[in-house]
Amino acid sequence: MEAAIELEDLQRRYGERIALAGVSVRVEEGQTLAVLGGNGAGKTTLLRVLAGLLRPHGGNARVLGAELPGERWKLPTRVGYLGHEPLLYRDLSGRENLRYHARLHGVGDERVEEMLAAVDMAERADDPLRELSKGLVQRLAAARAVLHDPALLLLDEPRAGLDPAAAELLEPLMGRESGRTRVLVSHDVDGALAEADVSIGLKDGRPAAVGRELYR
Amino acid sequence: MYSKGLVPLAAAAVVTVTTALVLVFFYAPLDADQGFVQKIFYIHVPMAIVALCGFVAGGVFAIRHLRSGDRSWDMRSYVAIHLSIILGLAVLITGAIWAKASWGHWWLWDEPVLVSFLVVFLLYCVYYPLRFSIEDPDRQARYSSVFAITAGAFVPLNFIAVRLAEKYTHPRVLSQTGGSMPGEMRLTFLVTLVGVALLFVTLWKLELTAKHASMQLKRLRNRARVAA
Amino acid sequence: MMSGARAILRKDLLIELRTKESVPAMVLFSVTVFVLFHFGLDRDSLDGELASGVLWVTLLLAAVIGVSRLFAAEREQGGIDGLLLAPVDRTSLFVAKAAALFLFLTAVELMAVPAYAVLLLGPGLGGALPELLVILALANLGVAAVGALVAALAAETRARELIVPLLLLPMLVPLLIACAQATEPLMRQNPGPEELGRWLGLLSLYDVVFVLLSVAVFDFLLED
Repeated sequence: MEAAIELEDLQRRYGERIALAGVSVRVEEGQTLAVLGGNGAGKTTLLRVLAGLLRPHGGNARVLGAELPGERWKLPTRVGYLGHEPLLYRDLSGRENLRYHARLHGVGDERVEEMLAAVDMAERADDPLRELSKGLVQRLAAARAVLHDPALLLLDEPRAGLDPAAAELLEPLMGRESGRTRVLVSHDVDGALAEADVSIGLKDGRPAAVGRELYR
Repeated sequence: MYSKGLVPLAAAAVVTVTTALVLVFFYAPLDADQGFVQKIFYIHVPMAIVALCGFVAGGVFAIRHLRSGDRSWDMRSYVAIHLSIILGLAVLITGAIWAKASWGHWWLWDEPVLVSFLVVFLLYCVYYPLRFSIEDPDRQARYSSVFAITAGAFVPLNFIAVRLAEKYTHPRVLSQTGGSMPGEMRLTFLVTLVGVALLFVTLWKLELTAKHASMQLKRLRNRARVAA
Repeated sequence: MMSGARAILRKDLLIELRTKESVPAMVLFSVTVFVLFHFGLDRDSLDGELASGVLWVTLLLAAVIGVSRLFAAEREQGGIDGLLLAPVDRTSLFVAKAAALFLFLTAVELMAVPAYAVLLLGPGLGGALPELLVILALANLGVAAVGALVAALAAETRARELIVPLLLLPMLVPLLIACAQATEPLMRQNPGPEELGRWLGLLSLYDVVFVLLSVAVFDFLLED
């Protein structure tokens, strides 16, 4: 059976500097991969490569059956990305933002209403985002990430800024129970490892053993 | 990689330029109206032609860069444009000197070639701030190439537009075309043209070689630092 | 492809309607510049080539504002990632942004040109209005294509506010020449189109070249 993610000696440069090198991992469908490492280790870079935002400079990479970099264009429909930025327009309301994303992905408006209800934002769906607190915006960002029912979820500190109630709401959408393949980047090492089926550590862009040394 | 043929090229350039200088000062006829100053024409026009070719070449190299992803094409494009900008400045200055000496004005708006050149020069000057305000080297190269191609396409359009806007049929002072040139002038002109072109290519190769060498050095230093 | 472009365009129009940040600024800027010209030239009324030139220079300077703000919404929301993560190809993105700019320019002209007629234009607009509209439409197309390209080129550089005007304005010189020359006979005391074909031809050539070029190179921008 084909793996959801298959990386072999993945490489990515930033000019002369190495951002990623020698990264190899295999993640089956439905599994969760935890990516751990200190600041600047390359975790976000790896996530962005998996999202199709950055092209690999070397090695082999197959994500959801798409070869990178050649078939990157296939990824956006199948991948949901929740990073540090909500990727929502502050001048528009939650509903308008989600409807915009729905139209981009060819998804109907009913799904938007479904998602608004799922993150308990139906009441404030028409307030412009700039009037909402960070936690509420994060809920909408999560809704945006799963709106098009992606097979792969890329989560960069997904619980940052979420109160426990909201985190609970989002579990069925973004958690293990969702059945989606997930790549999780988190500073909460124990929490991430608890959820993960596979894990890799990064130090200076290269694979390293998961442990205290990662964070030096 | 770039230094192949550099020495014979440099030699050819020196020989041609020297010959050109000799021809300009001793062989070409003295202009009845404008006198000695007219001889600026022999440097002004060839530089203009070579600079324009340089800009277009920069665009062509940029196309190859985008299609192949090979950054050495971007390097070639950058140096070609960089040298052409410097040459362009010289074109504007010599043009102004000639205008002042012959017509009493430092600038002539009814000279379409000069005017087009001013616009082209202003546009290409933005190449530097655009290029160097992008930090990511890959992106820097890519965006520079897009600029080089766009600006390269712009050059002919601009010339057409400025030429069309020329109000009166003013005898083109600075860009005497080949048709009406007497034999001695034509020979001198051709030699200077070839001389400037050879000089340009020599400098281009020279700068590329130097850049390549310094990049190799940097790469080796990085490798040594990582290994340590 | 077009549905993606439509969605992006709709979003940009919605944001502009909501925030009113680009179009009103461009109109206000234009009227201010008309006033500056009044004082600078010490003239109450202009006609012929002066009228044509003042109008077009002002419109192009106002366009710089629009171009600078074309990707503003994306920049303020944490980068172009949102657009790159959408299943929309770069050409659609270009079409959407160019269309937005075209519509903004049209909206600005609907207000700025009558203001110009009131403030500075001697002969008034009635004379050759249809021709003027054609010129404006073709000009907007060219500015939209070049503007979207320049906006994308400058979108993520540090020196964006400097680079946009310095890059855009020289590129617009051929367009300015064509428009000013075409409009001049329309603004005389006895208006009537003259040599319009030649200038519309140049304008169309400019539009075709830059629309094709922009579409071709846009793919290489905004991707990593």
